Amino acid sequence: MSDTNAIEIILNGIGASPGICIGKAYLVDKEGVDVVRKYFIGKENLRHETKRFKAAVKKAKDELRVIIKNSNEELCQQSYILETHVVMLKDKMLYGKTIETIEDEGINAEWALKKVVSSLKSMFQNMSDPYLKERAADIVHVSDRVMKNLVGAEALNIADICKRVILIAHDLSPAETSQIQLEKIKGFVTNRGGKASHTGIIARTLEIPAVLGLDNATGIIRNDDLIIVDGTTGTVLVHPTEETLVKYEESKIKYEEYRAAIARRSHLVAETTDGFQLPVMGNIELPEEVVSVIDHGGDGIGLYRTEFQYLSSSVFPSEDELFDKYMDVVEVIAPKPVTIRTLDINADKAITHVSECDETNPALGLRAIRYCLQNPEVFKTQIRAILRVAAYGNVRILIPMISSYDEVCETKRILNEVADSLDKEGAVFNRDIEFGIMIEVPSAVTMADVMAENVDFFSIGTNDLIQYSLAIDRGNSNVAYLYNPLHPAIIRVIKHVADVAREKGIKVFMCGEMANDPIYMPILLGLGLDELSMNPQSIPAVKSMVRELNVENVKLFMKDVLKQTSATAVMKLVQDTYGSLLYDKIYHE
Amino acid sequence: MSHTLSRDVVIINELGLHARSAAWIAKLAQNANSKVWLIRGKERVDASSIIDILSLACSKGSKITLEIDEESDINILNEIIDLVKKGFGE
Repeated sequence: MSDTNAIEIILNGIGASPGICIGKAYLVDKEGVDVVRKYFIGKENLRHETKRFKAAVKKAKDELRVIIKNSNEELCQQSYILETHVVMLKDKMLYGKTIETIEDEGINAEWALKKVVSSLKSMFQNMSDPYLKERAADIVHVSDRVMKNLVGAEALNIADICKRVILIAHDLSPAETSQIQLEKIKGFVTNRGGKASHTGIIARTLEIPAVLGLDNATGIIRNDDLIIVDGTTGTVLVHPTEETLVKYEESKIKYEEYRAAIARRSHLVAETTDGFQLPVMGNIELPEEVVSVIDHGGDGIGLYRTEFQYLSSSVFPSEDELFDKYMDVVEVIAPKPVTIRTLDINADKAITHVSECDETNPALGLRAIRYCLQNPEVFKTQIRAILRVAAYGNVRILIPMISSYDEVCETKRILNEVADSLDKEGAVFNRDIEFGIMIEVPSAVTMADVMAENVDFFSIGTNDLIQYSLAIDRGNSNVAYLYNPLHPAIIRVIKHVADVAREKGIKVFMCGEMANDPIYMPILLGLGLDELSMNPQSIPAVKSMVRELNVENVKLFMKDVLKQTSATAVMKLVQDTYGSLLYDKIYHE
Repeated sequence: MSHTLSRDVVIINELGLHARSAAWIAKLAQNANSKVWLIRGKERVDASSIIDILSLACSKGSKITLEIDEESDINILNEIIDLVKKGFGE
């Protein structure tokens, strides 16, 4: 409406977080800074040029000081990074070198800074320590801030946004998103990223719409353009016509009513039309998140990731510290179950305690149960805490990254040993807890029948299972498009695990991202999953979808699904058969 | 108080000399009257530069030497040594 002559433009991307928002675009565009001009400075003006650089650094420093002052207690982790940035600003390798370069080469401050930063960047990127490698990002961040002040670009400060806007960016770094005053943001639109990107995760957590992977959103959308973001279908409309606006305003109201309706019913069990009750649980990482699971109507905790306590401090947590954290969760949600997954040192979480050896391929390296069995003292401490907390609620233990049966036996042996010693000490504990393993390595799938003899449940971790089965690194943008839960091979793998579990009389759960999306419910129910666990925000929509389905029907439907030979064909079949159920409910009910 | 102009210390904190600890050392070294050097193996860097310190990639267990040019900076030297010994309070 700001420009009545403009033509409506429709952009299609990846709907990373559902919902509709209508508002003004706010461009977070770094491109302007990337284009740095080089020019020579006459001798007589060199003093002025260095002065200009110093002023830009001082301004950057003041800006950082303000950000630090305004960040709250919870962000103190962030603020120490920012403190480091303040020190870096004046570092002689950055500050001194740039001034030197200006003077020696007689070039403008922007070009000198760019030169210095790129040499520092390559120095850090050549380091073998993954932590130090990352520090290159800090230097870039610091220099970006100075550069912005130099080129006079309106300093990008997301924290300064004073109206409610839709954020348009090339890509958003975690550092940038951490600065956002989230209540000011209506939605996200980015050139890069997909469902699993950082921005996608943030948007879903905040329950605001996001359309990502638009390639050139920042080139098409201008600041203050009126835009519509439909995160459910992955559409962005620029300069919408009156007619489109009215249509989307209506859809938006309907969507919000739908959200409210499913939220109201979320506390009830998810029961299919033919009476099958599917427990829908929440995944958590921090004890505090248990509240979100309860608020969203979760039937328990299907995955409690326990790495955080190990990552947040530089020494391993003590048994009592772990016990206290687990207790916070178990107590609050009792009598509903809590599934505690033992330490899963992940390839994408650089854990400093174990970085003694460099691994060229950490995803296939010393991870999770492998690490725990090699470091039994660390493992026993955690198991002691779990068995003790099990006396106070409904606790299950879940072992990640099992790839051989020996690991199951060895883990159980340690579990018994720990229980015996707790018994001897007269501690309050419970040794009769359900023992499950993550199914995320293809060898565990193949051996599922053997594994089933010695465990109480399987929990399918789709994220890793898909990566390992399809040989795809999701973080590699060249192949990320191949990562698809609907790949016929993945469906068969899940089917095999579920069939074995049923045959052996044990339960099969799913706690990967695949369980988050309502559109996958016909398949997951059709394959016979006994329980799903997901991020808490997804619980209401998943429960709502389950209530629309009929187990007998989805089982028949699976016969057709299994005939499909590609992920695209499976998706089309699911959309054609059940898509209307989902979208009609959202927009037309 | 010791009168040597250099002291050895072993990094004990888990993260090694990472951004925060390096920033801490650099801040202290910047208050010195003259240079404070951080030496690891054959490499010798200016301890007032966080980037220089990071470039040494000192992990847990590395032995480093701190050296000062002027005796008047002995307090700063000792302060840095204490900090490293305490593992930066982590």
